[in-house]
Amino acid sequence: MSESAAGGPVESEPGRLVEVDPWCWEIPKSGEMRVPGRVFADREFIEHAQNEEALDQVRNVACLPGIEMASLAMPDIHWGYGFAIGGVAAFRIDDGIISPGGVGYDIACGVRLIRTGLSVPEVLGTAPDLVHELSRSIPAGVGRHGKVRLNNRELDQLMVRGVPWAVSRGYGWQADIDAIEDGGVLDGADPGVVSVRARERGFAQSGTLGAGNHFVEVQRVDRIFDQAAADAFGIFKDQLCIMVHSGSRGLGHQVCTEFVKIMGGAAARAGINLPDRQLACAPISSREGRDYYAAMACAANFARTNRQVMTHLVRQSFEYIFKSSAESLGLDLVYDVSHNVAKFEEHEVGGEKKQLCVHRKGATRSFPAGHPDIPLKYRAVGQPVIVPGDMGTASYLLKGTETAMERSFGSTCHGAGRVMGRRAARKLIRGSELRKRLESQGITIRAVSTSGLAEEAPEAYKDVDKVVDVCQNAGLSHKVARLRPLGVVKG
Amino acid sequence: MFHVFFRLEDSLKAFEIMDHTADIGIRAFGNTEAEVFQNAAIGMFSLIAELENVQEISESSIEVEAEDFETLLVAWLNELLYLYDSNDLLLKRFELLELGETSLRGIAYGEPMDAKRHKLKTDIKAATYHMLKLRKKNGGLQAEVIFDV
Repeated sequence: MSESAAGGPVESEPGRLVEVDPWCWEIPKSGEMRVPGRVFADREFIEHAQNEEALDQVRNVACLPGIEMASLAMPDIHWGYGFAIGGVAAFRIDDGIISPGGVGYDIACGVRLIRTGLSVPEVLGTAPDLVHELSRSIPAGVGRHGKVRLNNRELDQLMVRGVPWAVSRGYGWQADIDAIEDGGVLDGADPGVVSVRARERGFAQSGTLGAGNHFVEVQRVDRIFDQAAADAFGIFKDQLCIMVHSGSRGLGHQVCTEFVKIMGGAAARAGINLPDRQLACAPISSREGRDYYAAMACAANFARTNRQVMTHLVRQSFEYIFKSSAESLGLDLVYDVSHNVAKFEEHEVGGEKKQLCVHRKGATRSFPAGHPDIPLKYRAVGQPVIVPGDMGTASYLLKGTETAMERSFGSTCHGAGRVMGRRAARKLIRGSELRKRLESQGITIRAVSTSGLAEEAPEAYKDVDKVVDVCQNAGLSHKVARLRPLGVVKG
Repeated sequence: MFHVFFRLEDSLKAFEIMDHTADIGIRAFGNTEAEVFQNAAIGMFSLIAELENVQEISESSIEVEAEDFETLLVAWLNELLYLYDSNDLLLKRFELLELGETSLRGIAYGEPMDAKRHKLKTDIKAATYHMLKLRKKNGGLQAEVIFDV
């Protein structure tokens, strides 16, 4: 990891990219960069990132004030707007910045895994009915409204109190709260800084899946890599599980849109030279910086609550199909992670403990065993990390590591990472053919939009097995179990 | 549908789609600034839904301000996305009543979406500033905007 580590550059221009080890590549400091860039990737992934100029984005982030250690990227890195997707950057509180572009438009987009006490071979015949029922009960697709109707006061409470508020309103169980990052509520949320426009986009969308890469999947645990951790997470071979991938919907999008605009001016006033307008940011301690954090926390709480309401709908669907209570079916929440968020965390850098604002844009927190922010029931094992793959392949349950604390501010990958544009995917793959192909593999598909389905084809993504292996080899996370889809509900 | 993509009077393309690994962008054309703004908006809504069945039933007034002319384009598109997402409105025709360097006034025509009649395609979260371009080209004007989808 040291800057002087041996290794040959893979580019013709010497010094631009240095192989630290087969799983980590360093972009040495040059020009305006305040710290080096560091990308966790094998040779194939680093070449892909180079080709689509994602490395320039890692360099640009390294130029931002107060950045600590390095501008990092995970193996699922791909070109984003401003910050690369798969980027992790930590900023000092006193002289650092906070950036809405370093979080993304879909604030606290994330994944949760719900386990069951059911073994797939016993219930395989019911899987298509289950997928159908989930698609009926969970509103999905472009602009769909949810079943939760909120007034302004209730939306305020939701944004401040997050999942515990939803549970108090009957959406879920007390035990769910403990199995969500931050206990389902990010502190510091202030609805006073969430605009009327953001509220208007949020009112109708609580408990809705959305479109794009969001999904609800019925999955089967097909491999266990770490039996002790799987036992601790309540996971067993052939178990039926449900994975929910969604975010903060229009409310989060509007918060990001407004603060990128506001911070364009704020950065200029603070004398920050932006290599890319989309990197708009403000000092953490400034009015704009504090307001953004407070609004982002509201959107994060909205996102977690959104996944919570969908969990409630999942449980209702199971009760309808299996004619049994969700409790007796063992529909417990394993964990819920947010992979687009900025948070204040304590990290050790150069032997010194520091409070940092860690931005993860398409990266997942991966805290090790013993960390106080992990629920007690998992503390001896490590934080569950959930990595959604693509429809035709697999998703993963991992656990956090000590090495992640040392190398990546306790972070690992967030998914497979796209390799193909949406239009290119639509040209190459017909949604109807993809549906047939997946159904011939025993995967039931319920998608509102067929062209949207094609955009999310497995071919459009990196191989999730490889991404997760690179993370393991780099020490950022350890594999616990792999899950394969039996059914997919998409917008 | 033809008129959505081409202006028949001079066969100049109104917009084209640009692919991007995770997201999608449009390149909009026009003889005037107002035309580029209109075509960018049509391009954006063409990504969201098939527009041919969309009727001009509703009328929304729009006022937007920004730091400069380039960011005004992004602000305009984001304001239209807010209308779409908060009111479930599909918009297909746009009039610019005033278009200055840092502010504009306009009207957008369309109708509330109806899943039975309208073919919905892609959800767009926002218009971004990433690689934003607005420049003179081949005697006309051209704008490039990347959306987060």
